[in-house]
Amino acid sequence: MSDTLAGNKTTTAGPTDGLAVLEQTRSAAETYGIPLAVLLEITHRCPLQCPYCSNPVELDRGSTELTTDEWKKVLSELAELGVLQVHFSGGEPTARKDIVELVQHATDVGLYSNLITSAVLLTKDKLSALADAGLSHVQISFQGNEPLVADRVAGLKDAHRKKLEVAKWTRELDMPLTVNAVMHRQNLHQLPDIIQMAVDLDADRLEVANVQYYGWALKNRAALMPTVEQIEETSRIVEEAQARLKGTLAIDYVVPDYYALRPKKCMGGWGRQFFNISPAGKVLPCHAAESITGLEFESVRSNHSIAWIWQNSEAFNRYRGTGWMPEPCKSCEFREVDYGGCRCQAFALTGDAGNTDPACALSPRHEEIFKQAEQESAGSQNRFLYRNFAGGTLEADERQDKHDGS
Amino acid sequence: MASRNINVSETSRPKLPRHAKLKFDETRQVWVILAPERVLAPDEIAVEVLHLCDGVRSVAQMVDQLAEKYAAPREAIATDVIAMLQDLADKGFLTEARESTA
Repeated sequence: MSDTLAGNKTTTAGPTDGLAVLEQTRSAAETYGIPLAVLLEITHRCPLQCPYCSNPVELDRGSTELTTDEWKKVLSELAELGVLQVHFSGGEPTARKDIVELVQHATDVGLYSNLITSAVLLTKDKLSALADAGLSHVQISFQGNEPLVADRVAGLKDAHRKKLEVAKWTRELDMPLTVNAVMHRQNLHQLPDIIQMAVDLDADRLEVANVQYYGWALKNRAALMPTVEQIEETSRIVEEAQARLKGTLAIDYVVPDYYALRPKKCMGGWGRQFFNISPAGKVLPCHAAESITGLEFESVRSNHSIAWIWQNSEAFNRYRGTGWMPEPCKSCEFREVDYGGCRCQAFALTGDAGNTDPACALSPRHEEIFKQAEQESAGSQNRFLYRNFAGGTLEADERQDKHDGS
Repeated sequence: MASRNINVSETSRPKLPRHAKLKFDETRQVWVILAPERVLAPDEIAVEVLHLCDGVRSVAQMVDQLAEKYAAPREAIATDVIAMLQDLADKGFLTEARESTA
């Protein structure tokens, strides 16, 4: 999700239509202006247990969450700084009882609100109240195109049916809908049907986001990693659908970087155009950044302003720009194209966030790590470790046997 | 239900939908369109045209106004304006005022 926020856009306007995506008009020489959009992970609580959850493995407990007044203060501060949009996310943002109040406050201070939701907790009245409070866009995650696969991945019965219902209400309330589909080995075969589902739901946009492997997803890599053949087929399907559905459904495609030769420009470069705020109020360069041990992240509860944290804090400056880079990044002609890839992935796979992201073919660890992933993709380890506050729960065996047999 | 697949013509009376907000960004001193998970930077001409999109004016009236203001050939302006608005409509950032009569 946040990859598209951070500038990996595939919907860049052409030069003839009088429009440019503002992020891309910034020059490399510019100092780090405040981001246009900020991701607010207002809670880690969630009724779903997706095995690729982008939240850190160490989840923030409900008791540590910022209060309503603290979030309101954050929203006011962000608007004053020049942030234009906020994304209410989680966990499940509607698990907070004050979600309508927070959206209303965002509207009152002039922020444009997006809701990034699993949808399963929403009633029609709640959604309608959110629209009245000024909510401008709803993004709903889907785990498949039918309940058998989707509810199993979500680890929640009846989730898929509920999502379809909320998607319909969203359009009835005349709010634009984005369908977010996180793809992996065990649901990629449903992609053509997911695309059709998005069309049938009258969605404006579909995000086909391949799992990015850190945190929970890394723990589940053997059960999720697609095969090279699946990825080639996926790219074909997406390209065909993008051409066929032009003007009806915009499709953003996030490729799995394990099978790329070059790493992704993660977050648009560390500390360049993105930050998020965790449930407990930490200001982070990336929603997975807390997985990097040894980095201290400042909180909105500290004496520092958000602007100070963004400009001056040690964590934001640690991997900013190109000065921190080792070889092969340091002398690489692409160093300002991808900024060395993903710091969290470098940390998770090499133990040092300051190394070149092993997704890059120039990383000395590339071959070894991706050979292993390729072997995992061909394996038959399909059981999930579900995401929860207890550190994860392994999927029951009997259930898995049933799926293997079908 | 959907307001997509609009064909912009001289009789259209376009307006921005609720989810596309034209706003002056005081921090960066530029006009922006806020759209779902997007911030677009329309150029000066696009901003001028978008200010005319109030759901009341027809495209023909907008073109007349611009042709007079810039003393430019009406045909050329019409082509440019319709192309720009069509592109916005295709992206879902422009809708049409509901017709009171068919």
